[in-house]
Amino acid sequence: MLSIKNLHVSINDKPILKGLTLDINPGEVHAIMGPNGAGKSTLSHVLSGKAGYTVTEGSVTYQGKDLLELAPEIRAREGVFLAFQYPVEIPGVSNIYLLKAALNAMRKHHGLPEVDAMDFLTIVKSKVKLLQMDEKFLYRAVNEGFSGGEKKRNEILQAAVLEPKLCILDETDSGLDIDALRIVAEGVNSLRAAERSFLMITHYQRLLDYVIPDVVHVLAEGRIVKSGGPELALELEEKGYSWLEGQAA
Amino acid sequence: MAVEQSPESYLAAYPAIASALPGADLPWLQQLRQDGLKTFEAHGFPNLRDEEWRYTNLAVLNKTQFTPTDNQEIDTDWLDAYRLENAWSVVLVNGRFSSTLSRLTGLPGEVSVQSMRAALDGNSTDLQARLGHAVTNDEHSLVAFNSAWFADGVVIEVAANYRMAKPLQILHVVTYANALAATRNVVVINESAEAEIIENYIGSAASYFSAAVNECFLEANAGLTLYKAQIEADKACHFGGTYVKQARDSRLMHHNFAFGAILARTDIRSDLHVASECSVNGLYLGANRQHIDNHTRINHLMPRGISREFYKGVLDNRARGVFQGRVIVAEDAQQTDSEMSNRNLLLSADAEVDTKPQLEIYADDVKCSHGVTVGQLEEKSVFYLQSRGVDEASARNILTFAFANEMVDKVENAELKALLFKQLLARFPAISL
Ligand SMILES: Nc1ncnc2c1ncn2[C@@H]1O[C@H](COP(=O)(O)OP(=O)(O)OP(=O)(O)O)[C@@H](O)[C@H]1O
Ligand SMILES: [Mg+2]
Repeated sequence: MLSIKNLHVSINDKPILKGLTLDINPGEVHAIMGPNGAGKSTLSHVLSGKAGYTVTEGSVTYQGKDLLELAPEIRAREGVFLAFQYPVEIPGVSNIYLLKAALNAMRKHHGLPEVDAMDFLTIVKSKVKLLQMDEKFLYRAVNEGFSGGEKKRNEILQAAVLEPKLCILDETDSGLDIDALRIVAEGVNSLRAAERSFLMITHYQRLLDYVIPDVVHVLAEGRIVKSGGPELALELEEKGYSWLEGQAA
Repeated sequence: MAVEQSPESYLAAYPAIASALPGADLPWLQQLRQDGLKTFEAHGFPNLRDEEWRYTNLAVLNKTQFTPTDNQEIDTDWLDAYRLENAWSVVLVNGRFSSTLSRLTGLPGEVSVQSMRAALDGNSTDLQARLGHAVTNDEHSLVAFNSAWFADGVVIEVAANYRMAKPLQILHVVTYANALAATRNVVVINESAEAEIIENYIGSAASYFSAAVNECFLEANAGLTLYKAQIEADKACHFGGTYVKQARDSRLMHHNFAFGAILARTDIRSDLHVASECSVNGLYLGANRQHIDNHTRINHLMPRGISREFYKGVLDNRARGVFQGRVIVAEDAQQTDSEMSNRNLLLSADAEVDTKPQLEIYADDVKCSHGVTVGQLEEKSVFYLQSRGVDEASARNILTFAFANEMVDKVENAELKALLFKQLLARFPAISL
C-alpha cells in the first residue's frame, strides 16, 4: 500500500525528516507516536502534498506509484486522506457542498458519473448518524465556529463519506472528550477494511485502547527510532521517550 | 498625474439638446439646470485633485463624446433575461422612459409611478419641493452635470401606511453606441409606508455613459429596501448616485452590487434624522482593467440613529477598487450606533484597492467602529480543498465565490438573488452546486 524509504524532508533548508522508512500493508493500522516537534505532522503533510516541504532524499511509493509526483488533489482522488491536526475553517462553503464536490471529483477521476443527489443524501446522512452528529452540521460552513472536538469529528465524517484507501489521522484524538473519543474511534473502526490502511498519529494510549494498531512506531528527531506491537504504546506511556534517545530502528 | 479635464465638447453640444429636455418651461427647473451647467463649466468632470475623487480618473469621459439619443431599439429577449417575474417594472432605454416596455398594469392606487417627463409636464409643484433637495449641484460636478443633462427618469411615490406587495424594478438599459443616458429619479416613501425597489443597470452597446441620480425621501417611520445591480457592459462608464433624506424612525436598506463597466462610481449618501436606521451593503468585483469606486457617506444628524455598513471587494488582474466610507456624527447625534467594515480580496499582484474609512465624530456619547482588511486567499484553505480532491483552480474559485457570496446571500428577494448568484458563478466558476 505505502512504502516510504529513507525519506529526508526540509523546510526552508532546515532538515525535519532525516531518513524515515516505513511500510504499510493493505488493511494494517499503524500508530505513530513521538515527542512534540519530531516531524509527525510534517510526514502527514508531505504524504498529502502540501507545499513548502522539500524532499531532499528518499522515495514514497503508494499503490505502486511515485506518490511525490502527484498533485495533492490527485493523491486525494487516488484514496489518500489526511484528517488534519488543525482542520481549516472555510467560511461560505457548506460542509455538504464540500462533501459533494470532493466525492464527485473522486468519482470523475475514476470514470464514474456524478453521484445521484438522493443517493448522496442517503450516504451522507448515514455517516452523520454513525458519528452521532447533528444533521445541521451539514449545512454549516466547513469547520467555521466548530469546537475543537466537532472539527475532529467532522474530519472523520469526510473520511467516512470519501472512503479513502490510506487514511492518515493526525492527532484526531487530541481535544476530544471521553464520549467523543469513543464515537470517533468507533467511526474509525467501522472504516477498517481489508483494503484500507491507517496511519494514526497520536500522543495518547487511550485512542489505541479503542483502535488497536497492528504496529506502533516511535518517530523522534526525524526518523523511526523504534517499532513494535501494541504493547510498545503502553511502555511509552509509562517511560516517556527519553529512554529511546540516540536509538535507531 | 491628473489629466487636464475639458468639459468643452459637452458644453458646446448643450444648446442644441437643451430645448428637447423636459421641463423647459419651468423656471425653477431651468434655474437648477443653469446652475448645474455653471458648476460643470467651472469644474469639468471631477478630477484627482478633489479629495472625494482622488482615486478615480474620469479623463475617459472627455476622450469620447457621449451624446443623448432618443433611439429606443432593443432586443427584448435579452432584456427579459434581467426582468423579474414577480415585480412591476419600469424600463429606461438609453435614458428615456419606455411605456411599451414598462409593466405597470394593476399598480395599486397607493403607488404612483410616472416618467420624469410626464411628471414635469403635469402639475409639478410637489416635484419642485423634492427635485434638487436631497442632493444639490454643490455635491460634485457629476451631480451638476446630471442636473443640466437629465432627459428623463422616473418619479415614484408610495402613499402613507401602504406596504407594496411586490417590488418595483427599474431597468436602466443602454443599447445605443456612445449614448449618454442621464436620468434623474425621485422616490418618495410617505409616512409608515414600505417599498422595495430594484435597480438594474445593463447595456448591449459596447461603449456608453450611464449617469443616474436618485433622490429618495423617506418620511417618518417609512421603510425602503433599495437594491442596485450594476452589470453594465464591459466598456461602459457608469455613475450612479443615490441621495437619501431619512425622516425620524425611518429605515433604509441598501445593497450595491457593482460588477460591470470599465469605470464605475457609486455614491450612497444618507442623512439620518432621529432614531432612523440605515444599512448599506456592497460587493464590487473587478477584473481586467475595471475601476470600481464606491463612495458612501452616512450623516448622523440627530440622536439615536443606527447605521451598519458592510462592503466587500474582489479584485483580479489589473483591476482597481476604491472604497471611501465616511460616517459623520453631528454634535446633536448623541447615542449614535455605527459600524463599518470593508473587506477586500486581491487575486492578483497587479490588482489594487484603496480603502479609506473615515469617522468624523462631533458628539460624545456614541458607539462607532470600523474595520478594514485587504488580503489574498489563504493558502491553507486552498490546500485543504485540494486535499479533498478539488483541483487548485476550482479551489480558488470556490473560496472566492464563497467570499463574495456572503453579500449575495443577504439579498432577500429570491429572484434577484438567483440572478446575482448566476453572475457570481459565471465570474468564479466553481464546480456545480
Ligand atoms: N514552516 C515551518 N518553518 C520552520 N520550521 C517548521 C515549519 N513547520 C514546522 N517546522 C518545524 O518542524 C518540526 C516538526 O514539526 P511537526 O509539526 O512535524 O511536529 P510534530 O511531530 O507534528 O509535533 P506535535 O506533536 O507538536 O504536533 C518542528 O521543529 C517545527 O517547529
Ligand atoms: Mg503535529
